[in-house]
Amino acid sequence: MPLLEVEDLGVEFRRRGLEPFRAVDGVSFDVDPGQTVGLVGESGCGKSVTSLAIMRLLMPRGNRVTGRVSFDGTDLLRLPIRDMRDRRGRDLAMIFQDPLSSLNPVISIGLQVTEVLQRHRGMKQSAARAEARDLLDQVGIPDPDRRLKEYPHQLSGGMRQRALIAMAVACRPRLLIADEPTTALDVTIQAQILQLLGTLVRENGTALIMITHDLGVVAGLCDEVNVLYGGRIVERANRHELFATPQHPYTHGLLASIPRLDAPAGERLHPVQGSVSDNIPWTSACAFAPRCGNEVDRCRSASPELTAAPLGHGHQLRCFNPVLPDGAGVGATGGSAPVDSAGEAL
Amino acid sequence: MTQDDLFAAGEPEQPRPEPAELTERIEQLHVEGLAETDAPTEDEVAGGRASAAALSAATADAADVLLEVNDLKVHFPIKRGVVFDKTVGYVYAVDGVSLAVRRGETYGLVGESGCGKSTLGRGILRLEEPTAGQVIFDGVDVAGLAGEELRRTRRRMQMVFQDPLGSLDPRQSVESLLLEGMKAHGLTKGKIETNRELRELLSSVGLPATALRKYPHEFSGGQRQRIGIARALTVGPELIVADEPVSALDVSVQAQVINLMEDLQQERGLTYIVIAHDLAVVRHISDRVGVMYLGALVEEAPSADVYAEPLHPYTRALMSAVPVPDPVLEDTRERIILTGDLPSPANPPTGCRFHTRCPWRQETRCDTERPVLTELKPGHRVACHYATEIGSGRLKPNAEPLQLV
Ligand SMILES: Nc1ncnc2c1ncn2[C@@H]1O[C@H](COP(=O)(O)OP(=O)(O)OP(=O)(O)O)[C@@H](O)[C@H]1O
Ligand SMILES: Nc1ncnc2c1ncn2[C@@H]1O[C@H](COP(=O)(O)OP(=O)(O)O)[C@@H](O)[C@H]1O
Ligand code: SF4
Ligand code: SF4
Ligand SMILES: [Mg+2]
Ligand SMILES: [Mg+2]
Repeated sequence: MPLLEVEDLGVEFRRRGLEPFRAVDGVSFDVDPGQTVGLVGESGCGKSVTSLAIMRLLMPRGNRVTGRVSFDGTDLLRLPIRDMRDRRGRDLAMIFQDPLSSLNPVISIGLQVTEVLQRHRGMKQSAARAEARDLLDQVGIPDPDRRLKEYPHQLSGGMRQRALIAMAVACRPRLLIADEPTTALDVTIQAQILQLLGTLVRENGTALIMITHDLGVVAGLCDEVNVLYGGRIVERANRHELFATPQHPYTHGLLASIPRLDAPAGERLHPVQGSVSDNIPWTSACAFAPRCGNEVDRCRSASPELTAAPLGHGHQLRCFNPVLPDGAGVGATGGSAPVDSAGEAL
Repeated sequence: MTQDDLFAAGEPEQPRPEPAELTERIEQLHVEGLAETDAPTEDEVAGGRASAAALSAATADAADVLLEVNDLKVHFPIKRGVVFDKTVGYVYAVDGVSLAVRRGETYGLVGESGCGKSTLGRGILRLEEPTAGQVIFDGVDVAGLAGEELRRTRRRMQMVFQDPLGSLDPRQSVESLLLEGMKAHGLTKGKIETNRELRELLSSVGLPATALRKYPHEFSGGQRQRIGIARALTVGPELIVADEPVSALDVSVQAQVINLMEDLQQERGLTYIVIAHDLAVVRHISDRVGVMYLGALVEEAPSADVYAEPLHPYTRALMSAVPVPDPVLEDTRERIILTGDLPSPANPPTGCRFHTRCPWRQETRCDTERPVLTELKPGHRVACHYATEIGSGRLKPNAEPLQLV
């Protein structure tokens, strides 16, 4: 049984004088213990809002959250906020892109970690302090005794992110949500942090939701990948399938947009045209249609559903005219053989 | 200093160039530039020429070199004290960089945050006053220039920033942003003519003419970067130093801007120095890549070789750390995980600056003797005492991961 089941999650922001804005629009996915599930997409596609909604960390006003987030059988969205607070830190934890903003600047690292241990694991101060030291050591902070006494600003970006991970895993949460945990870090430090997260999943059976815009990070770390566009999942597959047979025109376009270290020199990039500001509402269309090279008539009159993809096992797709390997090419310029629906393409 | 200072450096009234189409003028720039600049005498450049030529003989044909940097240093004083500013030390942000950039090529600079990439770029453009060393642009030592000559040379070198409009007055329209540089350099003509030039320029960066009347906040990040590039182009530069030009953009938009930069380079014969922390971007866009660590180049090579056969331990680690969007490769790749962080440039390690993190560090030489950038293969320079032994596999990485001191 999955540890976390997100069902039809929706987040709508309402501000006076403005049309309500659906940042997350019917997102469903499961996470098993020890599994790493990726949420990928460009900025604004709803990755962070999804994770904040799961953690119940959105501002209480100005938004409406719908759907179900069932954690080990309990619907987190309907839990009294006090119980939710208790679970946060104990059962579920989150790490953010900017570690500085999630650490208290005027409290030493040591005190911040011991506080978590005392509050959630009911440890005595001396035991908590010893445990905090071990934790810093485990996440690869050199000279943990000295670092415990230091304040966040005295640590480098990589050290801060480690300290934050130490706090997040202090209570051995069963689910960890990492929202762009390495985006602000250098690649050599990123490699350290990704290795650390991988170890946590493998050794503690922690379930991990990895949020990133970096398809390279996804390729190395995630068991299952969800590609988000305009608040909806447009493609889902295990990582090998996703990269071997991407079928959504957006996924295809993303892959064709990325300069690759191992690509032949002088190879031209084939970016998705336009930007997310060209999106149209999902209500009776495909939001991606204005940027899509595979668009067919239906794309502006009906809204595609997430259904089984023409190729692959458990591979899902939200598209009327997927990109298929035999089609004429890739991405925005890609194959435009008019295929009526996903199923008939084969 | 900001780009405004760069413009402000010009005297207000300038001789107007012959009325000509902007595009034409840009094409003519090389010719014009050569005509305007007094050819340097032999001894003016002799010292620099010799060393740079020796360093880059194989990588850049001396006749074709647009920019030479010789042992450039930019140190920032660290000040303490309430009443008197006492200098208690220096940040060695750029500490001895030599390189040469050919006309029409793209030179990429990579390295971790704080390694001195931006400072080097700014030092080259003299937006930051170098502490020591030479910058020779088109055969002329830039340090010797003043007044009109300096202004004219500056017009030929422009900078593009990560978010070019982020720091600007939001009340300034795109039109006035674009005109700013042209006015400072006395390049504006009649109203109609100038307007036509601006429209052409906008269209060449993929923006509609209606953009002229709009304001920065009305554009997306990608469009803002197009405006930033257009703004640099208004004065017809030959060299563009682009500091993280696509780092703030989404991947699809990033690719559009990269393609645009490549197109403009083709059309206008531009020379680029592209600074970025994203190695894949730099490898893609550059002809040659320089890898920086703590204020100095540790490796320089044609961009394909930097990935295919990195020779410096730091470059090896860097390349192995970049995630590649290919699960099969990711599962099988060997990864060199470095321990610790970049040491402080205010207190750089002795000897090889990488020795505190180097998996191949040797007892002898590494912590006492600073390795010099040496050409190991044609066009491939490396600063490591043991690069050859490491490359041949004769030296193995140390088993014990090194801890940061
Ligand atoms: N005006 C200044 N005064 C003092 N120190 C400075 C100044 N500008 C830069 N530095 C320092 O010089 C070093 C190099 O900085 P620089 O901005 O060139 O790095 P960078 O390689 O561009 O990094 P990033 O990738 O983060 O942009 C850093 O340690 C920085 O803190
Ligand atoms: N508090 C908020 N009020 C209104 N809109 C918001 C708020 N937070 C996020 N949004 C919008 O919701 C969309 C998704 O945001 P987010 O989840 O942060 O994107 P990302 O995928 O980059 O993490 C964006 O269009 C963003 O502007
Ligand atoms: S083919 Fe149609 S449904 Fe599929 S992504 Fe393109 S516009 Fe959307
Ligand atoms: S000189 Fe020594 S410490 Fe420096 S990179 Fe080479 S092997 Fe490593
Ligand atoms: Mg986000
Ligand atoms: Mg910089």
